[in-house]
Amino acid sequence: MSLILDHVNYVYGDDTPLAVKALDDICLTIPDGQFIGIIGHTGSGKSTLMQHLNGLLKASDGSIYFNGEDIYDKDYDMKKLRSKVGLVFQYPEHQLFEVDVFTDVCFGPKNLGLDQREVELRAYDALRKVGLPDELFYQSPFDLSGGQKRRVAIAGVLAMKPEVLILDEPTAGLDPRGRDEILGQIKKLQTETGMTILLVSHSMEDVAEYVDRIIVMNKGKVMYDDEPKKVFRHYKELEEVGLAAPQVTYIMHALKEKGLNVDVDATTIEEATRQIYKALTE
Amino acid sequence: MGIIKTKNVVYEYIRRDEDGNVEGITKAVDDVNLDINQGDFIAILGHNGSGKSTLAKHLNAILNPTEGTVWVDGMDTNDESQLWNIRQTAGMVFQNPDNQIIGQVVEEDVGFGPENIGVPTKEIWERVEESLRAVGMYQFRKHSPNKLSGGQKQRVSIAGVLAMHPKCIVLDEPTAMLDPNGRKEVIRAIRGLNDVEGVTVILITHYMEEIIHADKVFVMDQGKIAMEGTPREIFSQVEKLKNLRLDVPQITLLAYELQKKGILLPDGILTIKEFIQALHL
Amino acid sequence: MLRDITIGQYYQTESVLHKMDPRVKLGGTLLYIISLFLIKNFVGYIIAALFLGIVIKLSKVPFKFMIKGMKTIILLLMITVLFNLFLTPGEELVTVWKLTITVEGLRSAVSMAIRLTLLIIGSSVMTLTTTPNNLTDGMEKMMRPLKVIKVPVHEVAMMMSIALRFIPILLEETDKIMKAQIARGADFESGNLLKRAKAMVPLLVPLFISAFRRANDLAMAMEARCYRGGDGRTKMKPLCYQKRDYIAYICILLYLAVGITVGRILF
Repeated sequence: MSLILDHVNYVYGDDTPLAVKALDDICLTIPDGQFIGIIGHTGSGKSTLMQHLNGLLKASDGSIYFNGEDIYDKDYDMKKLRSKVGLVFQYPEHQLFEVDVFTDVCFGPKNLGLDQREVELRAYDALRKVGLPDELFYQSPFDLSGGQKRRVAIAGVLAMKPEVLILDEPTAGLDPRGRDEILGQIKKLQTETGMTILLVSHSMEDVAEYVDRIIVMNKGKVMYDDEPKKVFRHYKELEEVGLAAPQVTYIMHALKEKGLNVDVDATTIEEATRQIYKALTE
Repeated sequence: MGIIKTKNVVYEYIRRDEDGNVEGITKAVDDVNLDINQGDFIAILGHNGSGKSTLAKHLNAILNPTEGTVWVDGMDTNDESQLWNIRQTAGMVFQNPDNQIIGQVVEEDVGFGPENIGVPTKEIWERVEESLRAVGMYQFRKHSPNKLSGGQKQRVSIAGVLAMHPKCIVLDEPTAMLDPNGRKEVIRAIRGLNDVEGVTVILITHYMEEIIHADKVFVMDQGKIAMEGTPREIFSQVEKLKNLRLDVPQITLLAYELQKKGILLPDGILTIKEFIQALHL
Repeated sequence: MLRDITIGQYYQTESVLHKMDPRVKLGGTLLYIISLFLIKNFVGYIIAALFLGIVIKLSKVPFKFMIKGMKTIILLLMITVLFNLFLTPGEELVTVWKLTITVEGLRSAVSMAIRLTLLIIGSSVMTLTTTPNNLTDGMEKMMRPLKVIKVPVHEVAMMMSIALRFIPILLEETDKIMKAQIARGADFESGNLLKRAKAMVPLLVPLFISAFRRANDLAMAMEARCYRGGDGRTKMKPLCYQKRDYIAYICILLYLAVGITVGRILF
């Protein structure tokens, strides 16, 4: 049970001289239950990649297998794929349209052709999972705060009970607390339900704390694909392509250079504090 | 009196239910007093919904206070006859780069403001050129704004305001919709305006790393000024900032955590260099 | 798919046509369209096509790019041709089932097809070589006399240029919302007309909300930049005729004279 990309290529504007290779020979295996961060700057191909995973874009070349089945097979049910691989776009609150929060969240499961009871059950469950207070369920989604709207929009995808959840910049525009709350909620979701999560982001700092694995995209290619601390070892190369490791990485390297005996692989403040404290008190 | 001064400013709006009955009154800005000196770089911080954007819109008379007074370069914003002088003195850049560019070509957009205030044709061209150069966008002057990156669009917006020769620029979360590289570009351009052109900058944001270079920082919460001081003074109060839904840079947080464990470090460390010096390494 | 629409798009390059005063291009296009409906025979159409060919050559816009824009309106063209083909009374040529093609019908269908094609390409040459701002500037100046009878010329021109600026942005937005709703299982393609219309709600509501939000933001940004209507405004790029503009006028008039004489009288 997994998502496999086999030599996937995607070319924009195929027939024009301005053809751009947005994805260049991507090979990836995404096993069940992993929390993955996809990092890259604007135009690196990360959003294009994301849209391939649930069939919104079709690869110019190569194959994608979901749970062992080729999604480009003629008989393959795309609608089913889309319910199994949930996709939350950037600023998802811009897609809300119903009169109240609950009805909006029902839209996804209703499209799956489920009976009313199941639809409502799922909607309720999804709203609980994103931590939206009950008293807001029957408010107009347009009266909510930015952070609340975003939760509703995420619930709208969760209600389809996907096995894989892909989120494109789910924290864009939120304040620091709002960002931590959403990321914390997603992490909780992953540990509780064992859902596979792909988090698309610009920021290493945001994902470093949460993910098991980081895929760095650059110019349509996978540049690094490893656990966070191993990826951050390449902080100099990352800088060259306009990305950066978390500030902690730089701090640890600077300390090491000054002769302090610390492990440069520390990626979170917690780890770094422990390391530095130990080194200083030794 | 400074370039911008507010005295006991209150802004209320009335919430109504679906039938139009008054549900309650919200104070978006509550008794704010500011006095900003010409040439300063001011940062206003606050979480979403803290009232910082509402306050910003008072600084060039897009909104007028319910109570209290705002003066821009000595002009009262309630004085209708000064409206256009006020807007020319205090320019404003907004959050969404797509929704504030009017022109189809970069240079035409930058010329829009000067056209409105009746600048002669020849001078418009001079102003457009100098403004685009100031933000490093001159080579893109013939481009369509739709083809630019977010950071570039926002720099065009800044040039558009700059071409009106304001004394002060208010930027309302100009980087909220940009990626890290775009954010850096824009902040660099803003700092350039302040350092080189001497324009007073009021930057509204919730990104902590953008305010390190500010002369003074105000933190807003529930419409009030909750904290004010230099960046160092503000960042010394890690717990208080966290309670206000904000954050500190990782280096500041790390130093704070070590401090809590008994390591002797000064408050409010802002850079890696400072941190290493403080550790006497 | 939505990005294929080239009508109303500007193609950036350096050419005589790009530099020309928008009033010449506006007036010229108008006269050209009139000429197409005055010409009555095929020699006339050849002259019209030749004239357009030369203009396209001068514009330096690739012909392929123009043709791409035609794809979207081919349906409209087909319908018009078919109507003409079957619904013109006259001398019977062939009858298939209940439909009769007449000699006159064939004649008018072919000339209609030629006219419409030339008309569409002709007007797209104008929009491809003129920035929308420039175009609205030209319209504003040409229609200035109407101000005397209280026509809000400046306001109309400003509205048009803003609309043109936001078309690509809203198209992109439509694409994005559509994808997002498809990801939530929405189906925009199957079902009968009623079902399809209903399926548009999740697309149209967010789109309208977004358009209103943008309009609101833009109005605020314009006010903040001291916009207060057309009075007292100066122009960054004021329109004034150059030598090439007068030459262009003469060329257009010459074409008109030749085209109409040949197209109506000589043959």
